[in-house]
Amino acid sequence: MALNVNTLKVGDTHEELVAENLSRTQIVQYAGASGDYMPLHTDEVYAREIAGYPGVFAHGMLSMGATGAMLTHWVGDGRLTKYSARFTRQVWPGDDLLAKATITNIINENGEVLAEMDVLTTNQDGQTVISGKATARIDT
Amino acid sequence: MAAFKFPVDASQIMLFARAVGDDNPIYHDSEYASGTETKGIIAPPTFVQASAQYDPNFPLRPTIGEPWFGSGKEATGTPKSDIQPKEKSEKKSSDSARILHAEQQYIYHKPIRPGDDLSVTTKRGKSWEKEGRRGGTMRFSETITEFRDTKGELVVTATSVGVTTGKAVSQD
Repeated sequence: MALNVNTLKVGDTHEELVAENLSRTQIVQYAGASGDYMPLHTDEVYAREIAGYPGVFAHGMLSMGATGAMLTHWVGDGRLTKYSARFTRQVWPGDDLLAKATITNIINENGEVLAEMDVLTTNQDGQTVISGKATARIDT
Repeated sequence: MAAFKFPVDASQIMLFARAVGDDNPIYHDSEYASGTETKGIIAPPTFVQASAQYDPNFPLRPTIGEPWFGSGKEATGTPKSDIQPKEKSEKKSSDSARILHAEQQYIYHKPIRPGDDLSVTTKRGKSWEKEGRRGGTMRFSETITEFRDTKGELVVTATSVGVTTGKAVSQD
């Protein structure tokens, strides 16, 4: 289901809990699916003893992917034209991630109507882990 | 400029969607997907990351026959000389621990579908430095990756910004 210009307005929001008690196993699953085997994400011994982190943390791209699910559930499949994210804080095993999109602008471009939105993903403490933007084609 | 092929198959799309926690049937159920606007299975928004599997020189995958910098008998499998954070070498070593993903951007030109045979080219973009509060001097560099179909048309343009930090990023 895509969004429609007749019912959508600037300020409209959508949010989803895209991770709950994030597991180390899901981080490993993402490493396998993406091919990014960086030990910082999958190797607790390495992350602590060599890299000096408290432990493993999730790939930024896992959070961006999970946040993308919130976006496509709202704007519809195959409707995104742009999606960007800044990784502002690490995501740790056990974290919950709440992803939210807010419509900032509705524009006409090359005969299409596009909704522009801010994207924000926060952890269970309300800290921002992803701050981004997205644009999607909407129905008229 | 590096170049390689990225063949897309349905199982890889399913595994990727699972890994990001998305159970949308558009990513694994062809019968359902054929009845939707996309008329078939498509890939989720960040799927092109999986092209790393096909990049022959991807540094964050163990290379058969070569030491890996993750733990084995010891906390790292590469010699001590390689793991000094002060070293600014580009070689595959624990130095990679100081390279973090700062930013990612995608422009979608058309959906990716199972059976697509994508050509991947990467080029360096801008680079800049910044004094960070949490990680010492931070060096940013941009990599632009273009995914094209067999007709040579753009499918996805991906821009990645990596940051090399002087020390482990503190949590404060």
